[in-house]
Amino acid sequence: MMPYQLFWGIFLLPLLSFVIIALFIRPFVKPESKVAGYITIAAILTSFALSVWGLITVLAAPGHEVAVPAISWAVIGDLRINVGIMVDALTVVMLVVVTGVSSMVQIYSQGYMQGDPGYHRYYAAMSLFTMSMLGLVLANNILFMFVFWELVGLCSYLLIGFWFHKPSAANAAKKAFLVTRLGDFGFLAGLLALYRAAGTFDISQLHAMAIAGTLGGAALTWAAIGLFAGAAGKSAQFPLHVWLPDAMEGPTPVSALIHAATMVAAGVFLVARMFPLFVGSPEALTTVATVGAITAIFAASMGLVMHDIKRVVAYSTISQLGYMMLGLGAAGIVVAHEGHVTLEVAKAATAIGMFHLFNHAFFKALLFLGAGSVNHATGTFDMRLMGGLRKVMPWTYTTFLLAALSLAGIWPLAGFWSKDEILLTALEARPALFVLAIITVFMTAFYIFRALFLTFSGEYRGGAVPEHGSTAHASHGAGHDAHGPAKPHESSKVMVVPLVLLAIPAVVSGFWNVTGGFSAFFGHGETRGFIEGLFEPLTHPLPWGALALALLGIFLAYAMYSKKWVSAEKIGSRFKPFYTLFYHKYWMDELYEGVIVKKTLVNGFFALLQKIDSKGVDGAVNGIARGAIAGGRSLRRAQTGQLQLYGLFIGIGILAIVIFVFMIG
Amino acid sequence: MSFNYLSAIVFLPMVGAIVIALLPGKSAGSIKRVALVFTIIPFILSLVVFALFNKSSGAAGLIQFSEKVSWIPAINAFYHLGVDGLNLPFVVLTAFLGFLVILVSWHIDLRPKEYFAWLLLLEGSILGVFAALDLLLFFLFWEIEVIPMYFLISIWGAGRREYSAIKYVIYTLFGSAMMLAGILSLYFTTGSLSMIDLANTGLAPYRAVIPAAAMFSLLLTGFAVKLPVFPVHTWLPDAHTDAPTAVSVMLAGALLKMGGYGMLRIVVGIFPDVAQRYGTVLVIFAVFTILYGAAVTLRQTDIKKLIAYSSVSHMGFVLLGIFALSQVSVTGAVLQMVSHGFIAGLLFAVAGLVMHNSHERDLSKLGGLARQIPFITVIFTLGGLGGLGLPGTSGFAAEFLVFIGSFSSNAVPGLQVGTILAVLGVVVGAGYVLWMIQRAFYGPVMEKFDGTEDAHAVDKIYMVLLVAAMLLIGIYPAILTDIIKVAVLPILR
Repeated sequence: MMPYQLFWGIFLLPLLSFVIIALFIRPFVKPESKVAGYITIAAILTSFALSVWGLITVLAAPGHEVAVPAISWAVIGDLRINVGIMVDALTVVMLVVVTGVSSMVQIYSQGYMQGDPGYHRYYAAMSLFTMSMLGLVLANNILFMFVFWELVGLCSYLLIGFWFHKPSAANAAKKAFLVTRLGDFGFLAGLLALYRAAGTFDISQLHAMAIAGTLGGAALTWAAIGLFAGAAGKSAQFPLHVWLPDAMEGPTPVSALIHAATMVAAGVFLVARMFPLFVGSPEALTTVATVGAITAIFAASMGLVMHDIKRVVAYSTISQLGYMMLGLGAAGIVVAHEGHVTLEVAKAATAIGMFHLFNHAFFKALLFLGAGSVNHATGTFDMRLMGGLRKVMPWTYTTFLLAALSLAGIWPLAGFWSKDEILLTALEARPALFVLAIITVFMTAFYIFRALFLTFSGEYRGGAVPEHGSTAHASHGAGHDAHGPAKPHESSKVMVVPLVLLAIPAVVSGFWNVTGGFSAFFGHGETRGFIEGLFEPLTHPLPWGALALALLGIFLAYAMYSKKWVSAEKIGSRFKPFYTLFYHKYWMDELYEGVIVKKTLVNGFFALLQKIDSKGVDGAVNGIARGAIAGGRSLRRAQTGQLQLYGLFIGIGILAIVIFVFMIG
Repeated sequence: MSFNYLSAIVFLPMVGAIVIALLPGKSAGSIKRVALVFTIIPFILSLVVFALFNKSSGAAGLIQFSEKVSWIPAINAFYHLGVDGLNLPFVVLTAFLGFLVILVSWHIDLRPKEYFAWLLLLEGSILGVFAALDLLLFFLFWEIEVIPMYFLISIWGAGRREYSAIKYVIYTLFGSAMMLAGILSLYFTTGSLSMIDLANTGLAPYRAVIPAAAMFSLLLTGFAVKLPVFPVHTWLPDAHTDAPTAVSVMLAGALLKMGGYGMLRIVVGIFPDVAQRYGTVLVIFAVFTILYGAAVTLRQTDIKKLIAYSSVSHMGFVLLGIFALSQVSVTGAVLQMVSHGFIAGLLFAVAGLVMHNSHERDLSKLGGLARQIPFITVIFTLGGLGGLGLPGTSGFAAEFLVFIGSFSSNAVPGLQVGTILAVLGVVVGAGYVLWMIQRAFYGPVMEKFDGTEDAHAVDKIYMVLLVAAMLLIGIYPAILTDIIKVAVLPILR
C-alpha cells in the first residue's frame, strides 16, 4: 500500500524539476549541458513509478478510493477554499497515462531537441506542463482544477510558440491560448454558477448534491454546459477545434505530449470528473454526445486531404477526442434512461469514454513520435516529399504501422476494444449519432493508412527542399534538421527506444477491459475470462461491421497510394467541391480570424469604440476646455477699464432690481 | 506604542524631499542614494507595521497604530492617522512602490535634484491619503499630490507632456471640487470630520443639509475620476503615455487606488444604503468600463498607452467588486487594487525600460526583441500573464474573488448578468496581452535593435521584487485577504 503522502509527490516532483531548471540550471549552466533533460526525466520517471504504485494501491483499496486530508487555503466569510487531492480510479488511470507518456516523450526529446539553443527552456516548460497536468488530475476541488487547467494552457502557449521567432509559431501559440480561453469563459461561468447553487467547490460534495437532486434544474444544466464549453476548448471539439492543427508549429515531442496524449485529454477528463453533474442534466448529456459525434466525423473529413503528416495525425486526434466525448455522453444517456442513478453507476459510466482516452494516449503519442522520427530523417512533414521510408526506417515503420492498426480499430489491438464499446453505446443511446460514428470508422482507417503508404511505401521523393519549409521548422537552426535530408536514415536509439516502449501498450492496453477489468475498476461489476472476452466481440454483428469498414478503408488507401490502381488526383477532381471544402478546413479559420475577429470586432466594433473614446468622450472634455477658454475670452471684453461703462452697467443693474422688486411687490 | 510608525512612514519621504532640495549636493549619485534611504526606511517600517498588525478577527472595526491629536479645534479637525485592514495594504503597497521607483529612475540625469524631490513628495502625499482618517487631512494630502504630478509630467515627460500635465491637474481639481463639496456637506450635517465616526454612526441621527444621495454623488464623482470610471477616464491614457516611467508606475500602482479606497472608506462606508440603492447603476458602469476599456486597449499601438487603457479595464473590476457589496467581492476589489499595483507597476516599469533601451515605443515597429533582451522578455511576459489573470498570479486571485463574490451576492439586482459580462473582459484581456507580447518580443530578430541593452542589475532588483510580490499573493492570497476581509465587514453592515 502506498502512503497517501506520496500522491503529493507525484505532483511535486515535476514542480521541483521545473524550479531547479528555471532558477538554477538555466542561468548558470552552459546551454550544451544535458543536465536539464536528465533532471526532468528522473523526476517524471519517479512520478511514473509512484503512479503505477498508486494504481496498484487503488486497485486493492476498498471502493477503489484513497482518502487524503485537505489543507485550508483561504477563508473569506462563507467562502472556504481547501487544497486537497482526490484519489480514485479515474485519477490513477490518468496519472499513469500522463506520467507514462510524458516520460517516454522526455527521453525521446533528448535526441530530438539535441543542440537546440532553447534546450533548457524546453525542459523547464515540459516539467511545468507535466506538473500542471498532474495537478489538474489530482485536484479535489473544481477551483484548483481550473487553476491547473489554465496553467496547462500557459505551458501549451509556451511550447507551441517555442520557436517564437517564427511568426507562424507565435501566431499558433496565441491562437491556441485565445481559443481555449474562449472555452474557459464557459468553464469559469459554470464554476460561478455551481458555487452559487451549491456553495462549495469540493468535487465529492458536488457529486453527492447532483445525484441527490439538491443541485439540479436550470442552474445545473447551465453549469454543466459551461463546463463542457471549457472542455470543448481544451479538447478541441467543434467549433473550438481550430487551434489544434496549428499547434503543430511546436516541436514534435510537444505535439505528442500535449496535443495528442494528455493536454487535449484534459477536456474529456473534466467531463468524466464532473460526470455525476452531467448525468443530472439530460440536455447537457445530449450536447456532449452530439458535439462529440459531429467533431469525430468533421475532423476526420479534413484529415482525409492534408499533405502534412503531423496535421493528419492532429485531425485524427480531434476526431478521436470526439469519440471520447460521444462515449461519455452516450453512456450518460443510457444510464440516465435506466433511471435511479447512484453515484457508483454515474462514475462507472465514465469507463467507456475513459477507456478510449487510455488506449488512445499510447497509440497517438506513438504516431506523433513516429512522425517526428520521419521528420528527423527527411527534414519535412510534407508527405509529398516522402515515400519509401519503410526500408531505411524499419523501427519507425513497424511501430507506426502498429499504432495505425490500433487507431483504425483492428481486432485485437487496443483501439478496437474501446472504439467498439463507444459504437455499441452510441447505437443504444442515439442511433443517429451512431451513424456518424460508424462512417468515421471508415474515414479513420483510410486517412491513417493514406499517411502510412504515402510516407513509407513507394520511392523516396527527396525530402525537404529548403524553400519548402512552410510547415517544417526548417529555419530554426536546431540540430535535427541541420544535417541534409538527402539520405534518410533511422533515428538514434534514444528516439527509437521510446517508440518501441510505446508500441507495447499501443497493442496490449486494450486487453485490460477484455476481461471487463477496466470497467470493474471504475465501478461496473461484471468480469469474464480473458479468452472468452477476447473472442466475444466476434460473435456479434456490430464489431464485424466496424471491422469490415475499417478494412475497406485500409484497402482503399492501399489501392490509391501504394499500388496506385486508382488515381488519387482523379478521385480528388471527381469530388472537387468536397475536396476543396475539406482542404480549406471549411474556411473556419477565415471565418473566425478574418470575418469575426478582424473585420467585425477589432477593425469594426472596437475601432468604433476607439473613435468614440478619442473623438466623443475625450473630444467632449477638450470641447468643454475650449468652451471655457472662449467664454473667458468673450467675458474679458466686458472688463474695459472705463469707469463710465462700469457706471452705466451699475445703473442698468439697479434699474433691473427696482423693476423686479416692483413687479413682485 | 511610543513610536509613531505612521507619521514616520508618511513624513520621511517628505523630509527626504526637503533634504534633497536644500542640501547643496551636486552629484546625481548622492541624490539618488539619499532618495533611496528616505524611501527604503518607510518601506521597512510599513512591513514592521504589517507584521505587528493584529490580524485576528476580533480586531474587526479596530483602528491600529492610531495617532490622534487635535489639529484645528474650531472645526473639530484632528491630525488622525491609523490603519485597519482596508488601508494597511495600500500603505505597504505605496511604500513598496515608492522605494522601487527610485530604482526605476536610476538612469534619470535631467535635473535630478528637483526630480527626486518631487518624486518623494509624491510618495509622501499618497501615503498621507491612505493613512489619514480625518476628512480634512485626507483632502489636504489629496490636493498636495497634484503638484508633484504636474511638474513631473510637464518637465520629465515625453510627447504632449504639457497638455497631459495640465489635463491631469484640471481633471483632478474638478474631481476634488466635487469631493470638497461632499466633505463640506458631510461636515455641516454632522459636525464631524472623522471618517471612522461617520462610518460608525451614519447619517441617520442628523438632519442632512442636502439629500444623502447628493452627498453620495458628489463624493463618488470625485473618486470616480481618480479610479477612473468611464466616461471620466480620458486623462489617464494621456498622463500615462507622456509621464516618465517612474511616475507611470506610481500613477498606476498607487495613485489610482486612492479612488477605489476613497469609494470604500468614505462613499460606501458612510452611505451603505445609498450605495445599495444605486448599486445596479454602478455595476452597469463597472461592466461597461471593463468591456469598453478592454476593447479600446486592443486598438492601441503605443506600448504605454496600451497598458494605460488596460488599467482602465482592470479598475472596472474594482468598481464591480465594491458595488457588489458582499464581503468576498469587496475583499476581491481591494486585492485587485493591490495586485494591479504590482502588475501594472511591473508592466509600466518594464515597458519604460524597453522604450529607454530600444528608443522605440510603437508596437508596430517593435519585434523580435526576445533574442536581444531575454531577461526583460521573461519579466514582461510574467507581468502580462498577471495582467490577463493567469492562476498563480495575484491577478487571478483578485479577479476570481471579485467574480465569485459578485456572482453569489444578492445585494444588488442584475449582478449575475453583470458578472458574466465582466468575465468576458478576461477573454479580451488575454487577447491584448498576448498581442502586445507577440508584437514586441516575438517574430524575426530585427537588426536595428541589435545593440539594445538588457536589464541592468538595478533593473533586475525591482523586476524580481515585483514578480515575487505578484506570485506570492497569487499563490497564497490569504496573506492579504485575512486582514482585508475583517475590515470590510463593518463597512457592509
